[in-house]
Amino acid sequence: MTLEARHISVILGGRCLLDDVSLALAPGEVTALLGPNGAGKSTLLKALSGDLQPTQGAVYLDGRPLDGWSLVERAQRRAVLPQESSLAFPFTAFEVVLLGRAPHVALAETPHDIAIARQAMQRTGVEHLALQRYPSLSGGERQRVQFARALAQIWEPLPHGAARWLLLDEPTASLDLAHQYEAMAVARQLAQDGVGVIVVVHDLNLAAYVADRVVALDRGRVAAEGRPEDALTPERIRSIFGLEVSVTPHPRHGRPCIVPLPPPPRIERRARPRAASSQGLRFRLLSR
Amino acid sequence: MAAINALATHPQAMKVTGRWLIGGLAGALAVIALLAFGIGAVAIAPMQSLAIIADQLGLDLGVPFTEQQRAVLLTIRLPRVLFGALIGAGLAMAGATMQGVFRNPLADPGIIGVSSGAALAAVLCIRANGWLFGKSGGALAAYQLPLAAFLGGGAAVYAVYRLARREGTLSVGLLLLAGIALAMLTEALRGALIFAATDDQLRSVTFWSLGSLGAASWFNLALVALLALPAMVCLGRLARPLDALLLGESEARHLGFDVASLVRTTMLAATLIVGSAVAFAGIVGFIGLVAPHLIRLAAGPSHRTLLPGAALLGACLVVLADLLARTVVSPAEMPLGVVTASLGAPCFLWLLLREGGFRS
Repeated sequence: MTLEARHISVILGGRCLLDDVSLALAPGEVTALLGPNGAGKSTLLKALSGDLQPTQGAVYLDGRPLDGWSLVERAQRRAVLPQESSLAFPFTAFEVVLLGRAPHVALAETPHDIAIARQAMQRTGVEHLALQRYPSLSGGERQRVQFARALAQIWEPLPHGAARWLLLDEPTASLDLAHQYEAMAVARQLAQDGVGVIVVVHDLNLAAYVADRVVALDRGRVAAEGRPEDALTPERIRSIFGLEVSVTPHPRHGRPCIVPLPPPPRIERRARPRAASSQGLRFRLLSR
Repeated sequence: MAAINALATHPQAMKVTGRWLIGGLAGALAVIALLAFGIGAVAIAPMQSLAIIADQLGLDLGVPFTEQQRAVLLTIRLPRVLFGALIGAGLAMAGATMQGVFRNPLADPGIIGVSSGAALAAVLCIRANGWLFGKSGGALAAYQLPLAAFLGGGAAVYAVYRLARREGTLSVGLLLLAGIALAMLTEALRGALIFAATDDQLRSVTFWSLGSLGAASWFNLALVALLALPAMVCLGRLARPLDALLLGESEARHLGFDVASLVRTTMLAATLIVGSAVAFAGIVGFIGLVAPHLIRLAAGPSHRTLLPGAALLGACLVVLADLLARTVVSPAEMPLGVVTASLGAPCFLWLLLREGGFRS
């Protein structure tokens, strides 16, 4: 029961986006994918979800190549929350969440599916938006509705104890601070229920808070991997992100707390340009 | 909390609106059909129409009617109404599907090139003046224009499809652009052909491109039904995948739907429907764009109500427009496209303004 990338490389348009990356995810664990912009985080997530065929290597789900699973079988086992979803048609938020049940529905949604969609909306705190039109929601509300859709997709344990997976691509990008931590708490809770969660995040503190394991990518390669305490050291972060940080144990949960130490901001007091006023004067003289 | 409580009953409530809407539209279609049966040079009362049809099925309703009325209804008006209803329903369903596939409420059923290809082939056929089956014609002469239009439409869609395939994957964005490019190209070719046409040919081309149900007959109806009905049934079964596709291509794939095969199936179905409709009725604009819109305004974007609702509304609109087209300037006949556009566009604009636009 693993979701596994074995030596995958992705080359698109002559650029090497992933270079021989191997990664095994276990159910019941939250894995955070870190790295600077363009490091290959989203590409790796796309390869894991089957959106992108690796140029070399393959992704294995329960020991079988991803290609060997039908789209419906995959959809019953893993949900994906994309970075951003555009939906111009005026579905209600509830209809969007209910679509998450699609891989489990034979003919029409049953009351059971409707109940699951409701519970998923409660879990991400959007039940009050159920009857709102999706295009009228704010960016953060949309993201939480989409999160609820992904939850509804893998809500129930599967028969024969098959593992469930949740792939989140920057789920906190447009959320406010409180909702970021709420979303991560939901991800933790899911992992406790046996779901394997992989999440792309930019905020290192958020990653340290939520993850059992962090994987840091740099220019398409795995640069650091391990428990947050081991992997998120000032030296590693400096070499990957090019930023000085101080790492201290968090006062509440003891996990790493990362404070960036950029050079102090330069505040220049520019002298008021004098030439402008004389220019104006000359203009006035001339126009008269 | 009120929202949660409403939520418990909400999907049920949605279904009821959808059912009411579809029931209402079906009733409206029946009324419009009875009107269309009755109005014309030979008047037939609604009960008489029913009596004639019942008599045909071996039932006696006890309403008197003349042989002339029976002949007019059975050989002229009944096939014409059914023909119009079938074409309207097909165009509206194809339009709704294409708007869903391209995730664009402004798409119309011809967006994949079928009507422009058919139009070019029709002009070519009119210009060639019966070259296909010989000038004198024979039994097939009446069918060379429909055949040419249908094949032209099919060829254009195939060209668009091939252009949009890259490295084995089908891109919806490329499909849209290829459709637009091909439409421009065929328009230019059509212009060149028209430029060199005689006055008679020009008149034929103009009338063809404005649409008409004049070709309605039982045989033509059967031909169109044979091509379009299976495609319509197929589209009707794709409501949930089309809903998922509105979320996005990769989102639909994550939900377990094979997007490429969905796009292929819908393209094929739309080609069969629009190709056969254009072949026998010319270009009937506006229905495929507007009927789905109006249903969306009334019942939301879910394809489960949208597809049957748009089909019924499209049927109503075409039958009604044809009734006006053949009665307003009787005994002459107005082109169908003129009626659909001149009546429909103001109605549509009024509804849009009243609803506050696209809500997006």
